[in-house]
Amino acid sequence: MNPTPVLTIFVASIFTNNILLASFLGLCSFIVVSNRIETAIGLGVAVTFVMVFTTAINYGVYYYILVPFHLDFLSYIVFIAVIAAFVQFLEMFIERFSPTLYYALGIFLPLITVNCAILGAVLFMVIRKYNFIQTVGFGFGSGLGWALAILLMAGLRKKMGYSNIPEALKGPGIILIVTGVIAMTFIGFTGILNLQ
Amino acid sequence: MSDSAVGLATGSGTTKPNKKKYLETFLGGVYNTNPVTVQVLGICIFLAVTIRVQNAIVMGLALIVVLTGTNLFVSLLRAYIPRRIRMIVEVAIIATFVIILDQLLRAYYWEMSKQLGPYVALIITNCIVMGRAEAFAMQNPPLISMVDGAANGIGYLWILVAVSLVRELIGSGTILGYTILSTSWYERNILFLLAPGAFITGGLLIWVINAINLSTNKEDAK
Repeated sequence: MNPTPVLTIFVASIFTNNILLASFLGLCSFIVVSNRIETAIGLGVAVTFVMVFTTAINYGVYYYILVPFHLDFLSYIVFIAVIAAFVQFLEMFIERFSPTLYYALGIFLPLITVNCAILGAVLFMVIRKYNFIQTVGFGFGSGLGWALAILLMAGLRKKMGYSNIPEALKGPGIILIVTGVIAMTFIGFTGILNLQ
Repeated sequence: MSDSAVGLATGSGTTKPNKKKYLETFLGGVYNTNPVTVQVLGICIFLAVTIRVQNAIVMGLALIVVLTGTNLFVSLLRAYIPRRIRMIVEVAIIATFVIILDQLLRAYYWEMSKQLGPYVALIITNCIVMGRAEAFAMQNPPLISMVDGAANGIGYLWILVAVSLVRELIGSGTILGYTILSTSWYERNILFLLAPGAFITGGLLIWVINAINLSTNKEDAK
């Protein structure tokens, strides 16, 4: 078992071990969706929500079904199936009970299934041997960290719209470089706490 | 650039591909519509494994295997896959290849498997594999789909190696573990081993390739 306190895991996964800025996960949707602040918030909320629940569900599936039956070699395909099924159910559930929320978040949900941050968080949970409480803290922190990063980027991109950027650097090039600078500032937090 | 990608993906689905089309498909994957620099797909893994040249080569080879295999199977099954559930079928095929690959790495190359960590499994959500299956293999016969898969894998591999060469050389002064810049006079720049270095090197690489493409396009226009 991993001896790190839950609070440390939670704070570390937002700042020093940010899933996007330190582990490079969820970059595809980060680049595509960070052009407007409203959509960035919507996707950030959706990712946080799905991440908490899928890490928790996959924790149960892994330690109570796959490991006892020695099926852990199937874990990848099971994890991705759980994520896809959860997102599908969530979509149907929201559509039925809250049409307003559905119109706000609905378009983001299919995007989340192929967001590598979600699968990445589940895999880190297994590799770092978190217990259930730690898993929930880690999932929540990672989701918030991802939302924070995409929100920062959306704000910066609004400003960058007025900047004079070389033609060839426009688009993904400048986004990656600016993300690098953001990542550099987040590394500054490493002095406070570090997660192994 | 993107026009030719669309043309390759959707054009002439029923006609038998000739030699020229094979060549076009191959060059498209390796350079013209390169998955990383032109389509900006699959950069999560791309940034994570380029810390050392050796890791980059292993990951590149892994991706060639998964891409070729997935494209072959999706193309063979393309007439039988119901359109509504095609995503799930594609993910299942991709995941099968990734699991096989992961087990092989664990059995014969444990050290590397440990270093690559979760990133081998993350090939499943790598948009390149899904994108090629969806855009190319669903419309084209098996053989040319395999060529397309292999070409995109090679296109991914050389970009991985290029970036990892820069990062390993500046970050630790070595290439493939051999010391090139001796620490007696070279101060290692650790930043290039950390996340920011990866983002910045990736951004600069995309800049360089876009600049080359833009200037050649202008010459063509003249």
